[in-house]
Amino acid sequence: MKFFGFKGGVHPPENKIQTENQAIETLKAPKMVYISLLQHIGVPLTPCVKVGDRVLKGQTIADSEAFLSVPVHATVSGTVKKIENLPFPLMGNVQTIVIENDDQEEWASLRKVENWKEASKEDLLSIIREKGIVGLGGAAFPTHIKLNPPSDTKIDALLLNGAECEPYLNSDNRVMIEEPEKVVEGIKIMKHILKVETVVIGIEDNKKEAIEVMKKACEGTGIEVMPLKTMYPQGGEKSLIKAILNKEVPSGKLPSAVGVVVNNTTTAAAIYDAVVNGLPLLDKVVTITGKAISEPKNLRAVIGTPISDLLENCGYKEEEAEKIVMGGPMMGMAQFTLEVPVIKGTSGLLALTKEETNYCKPKACIGCGKCVDACPMSLEPIMYARLAAFSQWEEMANYHLMDCIECGSCSYICPSNRPLTEAIKIGKAKLRSMKK
Amino acid sequence: MAKILKMGPSPHIRTKETVDDVMYDVILALLPALLAGSYFFGIRAIIVTAVSILSCMATEYICQKLMKQDIQIFDGSAILTGILYAFVIPPYMSLTYVVVGAIVSIALGKMVFGGLGHNIFNPALVGRAFVQASWPVAITTFMYDDMGGATMLDVMKRGLSTDMALIEKGNLYLNTFIGGMGGCLGETSALALLLGGAYLIYKKQVDWKVPAIIIGTVFAASLIAGADPFLHIFSGGLFLGAFFMATDMVTSPHTSKGKMIFAFGIGVLVSLIRFKGGYPEGVAYSILIMNGFVPLINRYTSPKKFGEVK
Repeated sequence: MKFFGFKGGVHPPENKIQTENQAIETLKAPKMVYISLLQHIGVPLTPCVKVGDRVLKGQTIADSEAFLSVPVHATVSGTVKKIENLPFPLMGNVQTIVIENDDQEEWASLRKVENWKEASKEDLLSIIREKGIVGLGGAAFPTHIKLNPPSDTKIDALLLNGAECEPYLNSDNRVMIEEPEKVVEGIKIMKHILKVETVVIGIEDNKKEAIEVMKKACEGTGIEVMPLKTMYPQGGEKSLIKAILNKEVPSGKLPSAVGVVVNNTTTAAAIYDAVVNGLPLLDKVVTITGKAISEPKNLRAVIGTPISDLLENCGYKEEEAEKIVMGGPMMGMAQFTLEVPVIKGTSGLLALTKEETNYCKPKACIGCGKCVDACPMSLEPIMYARLAAFSQWEEMANYHLMDCIECGSCSYICPSNRPLTEAIKIGKAKLRSMKK
Repeated sequence: MAKILKMGPSPHIRTKETVDDVMYDVILALLPALLAGSYFFGIRAIIVTAVSILSCMATEYICQKLMKQDIQIFDGSAILTGILYAFVIPPYMSLTYVVVGAIVSIALGKMVFGGLGHNIFNPALVGRAFVQASWPVAITTFMYDDMGGATMLDVMKRGLSTDMALIEKGNLYLNTFIGGMGGCLGETSALALLLGGAYLIYKKQVDWKVPAIIIGTVFAASLIAGADPFLHIFSGGLFLGAFFMATDMVTSPHTSKGKMIFAFGIGVLVSLIRFKGGYPEGVAYSILIMNGFVPLINRYTSPKKFGEVK
């Protein structure tokens, strides 16, 4: 299959070497786990346990009737201590169930599918939902919805995103290297649900080992492994589809509009565990790195572990840290407190020094157009900053503001350090509030 | 108390390249032309360039003080304007005019619009246009080998006699390419400008298509007009304009397609002025005129959005 590539993009220093050969270590579950009730795109869940209840590991503790939702589970056995609004890594406070770990590792009984090859699509989708599976690339979109596109759209390709184009991160990379069978089995389950022939795993060519391992694991399965040029944001859903299939997802549409479903490789492993082993999504591999970390690692931590636990385990140098970022350096979220917990979408935790962030005071725009060249969506970020300065929100929409995927390439490349992505985020929020 | 962590939106890392780096890259690329200028015109070339740079920086300093802006005279942009202004005037022009032109470049060409990034016209060319309008004789008096003489373009346009030494020195094409002839300080050596231009293309500060289109258009127009295309592209300010002024980030379009249209417009205007207009040269005016069209060009050359329905 031909590799087509996509237009634009940037190539920041990769900084993968610190953790790419670090085998996944399992972090001991903490004494207190904090399970946020908003672990997916959608609405917060309603708790189905109350303070004082004893919960078992794997037990559903909150769920919702809403379409875009998946349940969360107790990640340890113990007692519900509190249910209250607590800091949340993505923004503000969110209702959180706090469980005191009794270290008993007592499991709830787990439903699984005995022979998935004979199971119906509906059964498989329902168990994927029940186990709380969301897209683990960071967006946390409920997987059962992604795998169930509207009946009038024909899906003919399934793409697996193993690009992991964000600098610093290695969690998908390590999962592919260490658990290739799970990934491949998970992909087979998805293939069975979607009934597609074309299945391609895209992996950036800076992950040679993962490419080799996955190629070997895919032998004879009809699943193709495609090395991709290392270029951010190669793993953006639309960029990935363009690079592998040379199809452009129309503006404002989902990949299903061009007959494609994209899922992350780590999600595939989670699907396997959910269907075959009956395991809910209880933990997440997180890359902990950055110059303010003395022992960078890939840790498997249960959901609800405070990030301070992860940092301390990796030699966090508090005095050197300038910014703590959950996720990658290009799209992750800066954290103001270390009290926030690991959530389903957490793939990285960065303790960045001042030197690393390389912040400098913004200067005047010199109109160099580097942001225009870097934009993978072929937009003109230069105009957004200019228009935002004069509150010209509608004019920003005329420049296709809503098509921006907020990858941050424009801000990254700007020699004047203009707050381009910031202008875009504000513009989007303004436009949304005007529509209401 | 726990350390206060820095917040702020993504991305959390940024490229090491700053505006200053961009400016100094261009300054570096202009050094071969400065060396060539001082080889052909002697110490005078260095003096004129130094006076121009210092006048530009001083003007910028005063303006930024008056406008209560941060003083940023070392960001490279004033230095760059100083060099470019020196390059587009004859090396033997009175130093008073050099200073006046440099002041106009920065004050009227750049600071009245609000400073770096806000100007519409190339500042160095604004300075040159001002001097050309005020002291037309001073800016068209060229000397070479201590002899006053017409430039190659004068010769071609008006049938004037050039100093015969130049022609006798050997290959005319080679001489015009290397720069052994009368002309403006930094314009005569196409070779030196090409070296600097190649560096900028390599550093991705310049899109090679812009100079290629400008030079190509003039070349083709010369052929059509029945003139010698090589003498036309190697003489006058074409290489300097094509590599260093039409590619000025502030005053050229930001879209790829826009840059092509802009370059083609300059090539056409240069040819029109040279073959149909009153001046033997026309690069400075062509670029200034096209600078005025930049907002319009930007508006109509938005790239096709990813996923836009055709």
